[in-house]
Amino acid sequence: MPPAWETIIGLETHVQLRTKSKMFCGCSTAFGAPPNTQVCPVCLGLPGALPAANGAAIGLAVRGALALGCTVHPKSVFARKNYFYPDLPKGYQISQFDQPLATSGTLSFLSAERGIVNATIVRLHIEEDAGKSIHDRFAKATAVDLNRSGVPLIEIVGGPDLRSPAEARAYLQLLKQLLEYIGISDCDMEKGSLRVDANVSVRRVGDTALNTRTEVKNINSFAFVEKALTVERDRQIALNESGGTVTQQTMLYDSKENSVRPQRSKEESHDYRYFPDPDLPPLVLTPEFVAEQQSELPELPGAKRDRFVATYGLSREHATVVTASRAVADYFETVAKTSAEPQHAANWVMTEALADAKDHNDELRVSPPALSQIIGLVKGGTLSHQAAKRVFAEVAAKGGDPRSVAESLGVIQVADTNIIAGWVTDVLAAHPTEVERYKKGETKLMPFFVGQLMRASKGKADPKLAQRVLEEKLAS
Amino acid sequence: MSDAKAVADRLVKAKRLNALLTPPKELRKSLNTQIAAARPTGVLYGMPVAVKDNICTLEFTTTCGSRILEGYRSPYEATAVAKLKAAGALIAGKTNCDEFAMGSSTEHSAYGRVLHPLDKARVPGGSSGGSAALVGAGALPAALGSETGGSVRQPAAFCGVVGIKPTYGRVSRYGLVAFGSSLDQIGVFGRSVHDAARVLSVISGRDPRDSTCEDRDPLRLPTVPESLQGFVVGLPKEYFPPELDPAVRRACDRAIRMMKELGAAVREVSLPHTPYAVPTYYVIAPAEASSNLARYDGVRYGPRFNGATDLRSLYRSTRGQGFGPEVRRRILVGTYVLSSGYYDAYYRRAQQMRALIAQDFRNVFDRGVDLLFTPTVPSPAFKAGEKLADPIAMYMSDIFTVTANLAGLPAISLPIGRVKGLPIGGQLIGQAFLEDEMIEAAYALERVVPATDEA
Repeated sequence: MPPAWETIIGLETHVQLRTKSKMFCGCSTAFGAPPNTQVCPVCLGLPGALPAANGAAIGLAVRGALALGCTVHPKSVFARKNYFYPDLPKGYQISQFDQPLATSGTLSFLSAERGIVNATIVRLHIEEDAGKSIHDRFAKATAVDLNRSGVPLIEIVGGPDLRSPAEARAYLQLLKQLLEYIGISDCDMEKGSLRVDANVSVRRVGDTALNTRTEVKNINSFAFVEKALTVERDRQIALNESGGTVTQQTMLYDSKENSVRPQRSKEESHDYRYFPDPDLPPLVLTPEFVAEQQSELPELPGAKRDRFVATYGLSREHATVVTASRAVADYFETVAKTSAEPQHAANWVMTEALADAKDHNDELRVSPPALSQIIGLVKGGTLSHQAAKRVFAEVAAKGGDPRSVAESLGVIQVADTNIIAGWVTDVLAAHPTEVERYKKGETKLMPFFVGQLMRASKGKADPKLAQRVLEEKLAS
Repeated sequence: MSDAKAVADRLVKAKRLNALLTPPKELRKSLNTQIAAARPTGVLYGMPVAVKDNICTLEFTTTCGSRILEGYRSPYEATAVAKLKAAGALIAGKTNCDEFAMGSSTEHSAYGRVLHPLDKARVPGGSSGGSAALVGAGALPAALGSETGGSVRQPAAFCGVVGIKPTYGRVSRYGLVAFGSSLDQIGVFGRSVHDAARVLSVISGRDPRDSTCEDRDPLRLPTVPESLQGFVVGLPKEYFPPELDPAVRRACDRAIRMMKELGAAVREVSLPHTPYAVPTYYVIAPAEASSNLARYDGVRYGPRFNGATDLRSLYRSTRGQGFGPEVRRRILVGTYVLSSGYYDAYYRRAQQMRALIAQDFRNVFDRGVDLLFTPTVPSPAFKAGEKLADPIAMYMSDIFTVTANLAGLPAISLPIGRVKGLPIGGQLIGQAFLEDEMIEAAYALERVVPATDEA
């Protein structure tokens, strides 16, 4: 029996940079404006218009390259990628070709199958987006919206280092996390600010040469990454096993059918006739500029996770959860510091806070000082854990000071010995039989008494204090 | 010259040349509006300046001499045009040109050929033939043209006027419809060196919208010098081949003698890569053009032609019927030389040769030469139709001008005599961004050379 099949995947990711204006003109990049309202002679490709590079976009691209450990080249070149399409107003896209902004980076991610994988980032370059062709708006015509034409992108080309659709997903997840962390992109696949194409091939385990690959496109949601790649992998394996061969082509993923179909050859890429764009001088970056971008980088997720393990004594798993996004990590760290209870802070963040955020657009609705206060109230015996959860939910929904909220909910624990002593007297008086049995040595009845007392106090009694007073009274 | 009617009358009188594409009625109306709005304190107040039809103006259409842009009105104006208007100049219509500035005779215009102002059987040169003919006919003191390989200097020489191509990066290209972006530069025609130079001074200077425009102040005009004492003028031997038209040779010799008499030191120099300039140019310019002209696809602007039933046929009918044969030829050549498998053999080698040609000039300038003097064109204006069937012969009329575009250097052509009544141009090539020295020398030569005498 021949060896099993191995899947080889490399991802090409297009990421929209978070800038106010477009890559080569001053038009707004805001999402959702009416069609063709954010356009000018430059991004419409009108005769005589010329591009002028957006310095802010270049800074963000450099940050992305640095965060991925790439070598940022002091000189890179904008090139024209020539092809005809109605949503490409100049008949070419300004991109970078043989002299990209950055090369040779790494993205380390955790693979369920292989442990830590160091995936290569082959190159990272700057380019402008095309417009959008809308085929379903009018019955017999295609409409073109050029609001997106000229929006700044970086293309991140990963090496053929991924070995399964699940690894592709993990890689993409981590890439997204990293780019969001450093604040250079929204990475919102639904809005098109993160787009991914995948090169896929299969080979027999043990083979070293790469076989013919296909490019899978139209994966337009995070949820489809794994599905689309699985479908294509299975197609290639089946093809090979039935004696066929894979042809190099572009496959379009259809999420409704969960299937792939070859792009019509008419739509296939031709010869792009790349050449340096004579309208733009080479992009020359000074060491000072690159150093400035480096200094703008926040602590990256991996480093933050390791620090949380070292500084706050969290487990690696917990640290990974609370560093999943920069907002959550910052939230955790503030609560950990102000409450001086990092493990409790992590527990609260991982359970109540993230659960609440998930239902409310990722918004962390309870402020860090409020959560710190709640943790303090539990620790000081003022709130039971159950009561604290109610307070958290109330503060999340309506706001307010946790202590006042707890008071108005009537869930503050009673820690006054005299009051508790009164409840104890009542409970003992009500259960003379049990008192007798206890005094004869049936001490396992203690939880019964505590339970009765909690009921009598309507849950407000501090259970530890209540037990102490009960023990004292029953011993006398 | 601030009377709108007088300006329009003069231009309309030159109508037979087919040099102006703007209809007289529209021209008159616009000039009236413009004169009312013009700034009286501007340095060019009231000066009419016609603009080549490949430079975007808010007034008038911008067709580039092409069917594909018939009726096209630009929603914005070129930086050079905005600067002219800010200086009080009047935009005196749009001038006929070879389609997308591709040609050396203005016979490749979709709107008919332009006649030479002195001999209607001949061509005014090109591609900025309309601008040159109008200034040559005395209808205007100055006009804008554009250069990619000599399209201002060559028609200036043919029409007996002054033509300046500034250093690449001296004048913003924003709003100049691109042909060969790394070579293109807006240039100026003038009745005199001074008329051309003062317009150049106004349109020059930095523009953040053109990344290839140098961050420099506008050109400052030099004063007219008493002599050429201290100037070292180089005569590149490759520009005076044995087969040079004898009359052109005589006119050049006379101009050289006069520069010597003015105190200039004259020495022969060599620019050894000159023979490769035209082939180099005809790789680089079409390559860039093939990409620059891709936007004319019929999708967003311009007329639509018959036969468009789907996307491919829309492209085919628009570009097949919208572009003339010379433009189509260059797009094909340019597409070919950029194609994978041919890029290294053509485009990359042409770029390497371009660097050697530029180095030739630096070598000469580094050895103490201030300026070069050459004939502008190997012969006077040729007859219409004479070179239409032979593109190579047409291309060779740019042989002495393309080098300055390839090297990005400033150059000026000024009339230095006539042969059988036809003007002959002499060219001064200067060092990058030293237009002031070049203009100074041109002022001196202009004062002494018998520009309208037979050589």
